[in-house]
Amino acid sequence: MTTLTREEQPEVIDLDRVTIRFAGDSGDGMQITGTQFTRTSAVFGNDISTVPDIPAEIRAPQGSLPGVSAFQVSFSSYDIFTPGDVPDALVAMNPAALKVHLADLPKGGILVCNTDEFNESNLKKAGYTSNPLDDGSLSAYRVFPVPIGTMNSRALKDVDLTAPLKDRSKNMFALGLMFWMYSRPLETTIKFNEQYYGRRNPVVAEANIKSLKAGYNYGETTEVFAQHYHVPKAKLPAGLYRNITGNEATAMGFLTASKLADRPLYYGSYPITPASDILHALAAFKRFGVKTFQAEDEIAAIGTAIGASFGGLLGMTGTSGPGIALKSEAIGLAVSVELPLVIIDVQRSGPSTGIPTKTEQGDLLQCMFGRNSAAPVAIVAPATSSDCFYMAIEAWRIAIKYRTPVIFLSDLYLGVGSEPWLIPNYGDLEKMDANFATDPETFKRYARDPETLAPPWAIPGTPGLEHRVGGLEKQNITGNVNYEAENHDLMTKLRAEKIERIANDIPDLEVFGDEGGGELLVLGWGSTYGVNRTAVQRSRTAGLSVSQAHLRYLNPFPKNLGDVLSRFKKVLIPENNLGQLQLLVRGRYLVDAVGLHRVTGRPFTISEVEVKIREMLG
Amino acid sequence: MVTIDRNGSDNIQVLSRKDFVSDQEVRWCPGCGDYSILAQTQRVMPDLGIPRENIVFISGIGCSSRLPYYMNTYGFHSIHGRAPTIASGLKTARPELSVWVITGDGDALSIGGNHILHVIRRNVDLQIVLHNNEIYGLTKGQYSPTSPLSKVTYSSPMGSIDWPLRPLAVALGAEATFVARSLDIDPHHMVDMLGRAHEHRGASFVEIYQNCNIYNDGAFEEFTAKDVRADRMLFLKHGEPMIFGKAEDKGIRLNGLKPEVVELGKDGVTVKDILIHDETIEDPTIAFMLSRMDYPEYPVPVGVIRAVQRPTYNDLMDQQLAKAVETQGEGNLDELFRQGDTWQVEEE
Ligand code: SF4
Repeated sequence: MTTLTREEQPEVIDLDRVTIRFAGDSGDGMQITGTQFTRTSAVFGNDISTVPDIPAEIRAPQGSLPGVSAFQVSFSSYDIFTPGDVPDALVAMNPAALKVHLADLPKGGILVCNTDEFNESNLKKAGYTSNPLDDGSLSAYRVFPVPIGTMNSRALKDVDLTAPLKDRSKNMFALGLMFWMYSRPLETTIKFNEQYYGRRNPVVAEANIKSLKAGYNYGETTEVFAQHYHVPKAKLPAGLYRNITGNEATAMGFLTASKLADRPLYYGSYPITPASDILHALAAFKRFGVKTFQAEDEIAAIGTAIGASFGGLLGMTGTSGPGIALKSEAIGLAVSVELPLVIIDVQRSGPSTGIPTKTEQGDLLQCMFGRNSAAPVAIVAPATSSDCFYMAIEAWRIAIKYRTPVIFLSDLYLGVGSEPWLIPNYGDLEKMDANFATDPETFKRYARDPETLAPPWAIPGTPGLEHRVGGLEKQNITGNVNYEAENHDLMTKLRAEKIERIANDIPDLEVFGDEGGGELLVLGWGSTYGVNRTAVQRSRTAGLSVSQAHLRYLNPFPKNLGDVLSRFKKVLIPENNLGQLQLLVRGRYLVDAVGLHRVTGRPFTISEVEVKIREMLG
Repeated sequence: MVTIDRNGSDNIQVLSRKDFVSDQEVRWCPGCGDYSILAQTQRVMPDLGIPRENIVFISGIGCSSRLPYYMNTYGFHSIHGRAPTIASGLKTARPELSVWVITGDGDALSIGGNHILHVIRRNVDLQIVLHNNEIYGLTKGQYSPTSPLSKVTYSSPMGSIDWPLRPLAVALGAEATFVARSLDIDPHHMVDMLGRAHEHRGASFVEIYQNCNIYNDGAFEEFTAKDVRADRMLFLKHGEPMIFGKAEDKGIRLNGLKPEVVELGKDGVTVKDILIHDETIEDPTIAFMLSRMDYPEYPVPVGVIRAVQRPTYNDLMDQQLAKAVETQGEGNLDELFRQGDTWQVEEE
């Protein structure tokens, strides 16, 4: 199959960016459909960005509103930072999918509906009193009604499968249709089906491939669609690329850190959405010597990690917000015993169980302060899905060098979202040194490195260094249990000072836009990077004096943050919470930072930030 | 004592109990049963044949959990109830270490109840020593999960209304492979039990009756006092009939599913009628029965109740890692990075 070119098909229209949303019942295979579209576009050479939208209820009834699952992919001929605010095209596999997602489709947008599912019972389940395909309510959109189920079963009439199994391939029909509409080749998906189902279930592979081709041919041969579109390749930096989700990048980053430090990785974790993917990924790395431990609860998970770190491995645990709450006491213990430890928090909506499959940035203050007494830890926050790889390595560099717990603050949107990743060479990455204590003559458990204030890492098995650690306050230098007033004051300050000194060891905050300062700085952290960048870029193009800075180190902050803030007349901090970084920045730098707060379970849209920028520069 | 380096070197060191005494001042109340447990623990160490630097004591919170500070080995005094988690992490990370968990009735069975169940069922190769004094000592005298019903304490002035747990029965319920019991005032027996616990590959669970002379003095005296002990306790020995009594004239006979105390020579009872103790039976029924026998209806059993073999968690983990390398080859990061669909972007 070759890509259709402009010469062959005069009705092809060139676009530089397209965003498509596939929506259907959770049984309709929308995630696979979206992923396949993504792979194809990535291999084709577009820049891509994706985000899945998975129902919160695992077994919501078929055809119901809570059962709708969606996947959005944006692909372009230039650098993109977000999976797009609003889709240009929506594929709705049933009425419920239409009901949930139509509000996001701009007027004039392309709407492909699977007419087979628009029957009375499904319409009722979705809360429609009349069929929107007939009642004129969709007249503002470019609607393409396609009997996807019927067409699909016709295409598969010679395949040896039961009717319900054949029906499962209908997502491939829809995918094929969209491939035609956006001039994508079919090879990647054909190859995927052959490899994935080929051996185990060749009939399914055959059905999927037939459906895919049928969908494509339907687009080509029917006259339903007057036009189709072409998005040329993006100009990315040269090199070898692959598509990567944040959680994949996180797992690989931590594995890489362990190799760079030449210490085995140990991951204690309790299953929790959306962090479990990291446990799965690391559990598959046994050939690299990674030890994973599925613990009985969140507390045990971090306990085993602390035990492993005590033993000289790179002990890690990972969870989401509610799990961090359970781990608080143990994080405090790790602060007290000053052992290297990394804690992953893939944030999700809260409080309590909240909405486990939706994103949020609500845990910053919990990670900063959520422990008894003064128990400071370092916090790093990746800005994009592929940045998870580098910040994972950073987390371990800091943890090892400063003998401290480090929180790796990711979120659901970063974790499940994907983007192209310029593949690094392992040999180009900087090595780390665990630097264990070995000399009984000089060993003192709380004697500190004069520069970093880090105490030694002395592991069992080292002759002559037998010693006891624990959560009781310890005497400075010797590490004996000590309750004296002045010693406690000193130790509390030393622990805090040690974390502060990490600021000497991290890169300065960079400004995108006007280095020297200007009217407005948009400051962010974590997954708002792409939205902020795009909003700032567009506003600058419109002539506004606005710049962007993005924090990847949240504790301590980069040393020049105060200086950067002082160069701008106004500061805007968009966050998917009620103003947590805003509180820290205002408190620390006495800057009248303005917040933009949305807690919808979804990332900001670019226009939300743009509108705020315009309002502030009004 | 002579210890030989496990690595097979001829680096022979002579260690004694004193080598395991740390420089920290012991801070338990005078007369506390913990002193004896500490002394026997220090005494058994030189016999284990392990270099001192390879021994680690890990505890939670409570009077008993201070013990690691007094051992001149590696030690970790952690947080309440969580010692089994830190110990599991350490042992699976570093299987060559000898890891000991020191805990109490509140630490292990109340706040840490979940972890105790899971460390035992996983059969992580470590020793768990539970000092059972049937009271909260460190927090100054509240009833614990092993305090008897109606126990009057500061937090139960009208008597406790909590039904108590039996630590050995809990361990057996969690599929323990090694379960034993001893008492603070019998040093020889305790040394024996600690040694056996160490020998066992897997999670070894040892309950030690420990007198808290401040908040629960004499809790076990009724049957442990020297003059009545022989008649009110049953010292189990593998392969021998369950006989007890100063005159060795009483025994345990099985009547259907129920144990009964019988007198030898009375009503035609002979030693042939007496149940033979077998630590190694896979079926835990008899072990469970023993774990529930209590004074005054029965003599209180002490000794090794169960010792069966099952693969340890840490061994299985290591086997899986070795197998992964064997079948997939050692991991290569550059290959991993390049897995799946990749595409080349050329220099413009
Ligand atoms: S309170 Fe009881 S258990 Fe604790 S040290 Fe004193 S006597 Fe021992």
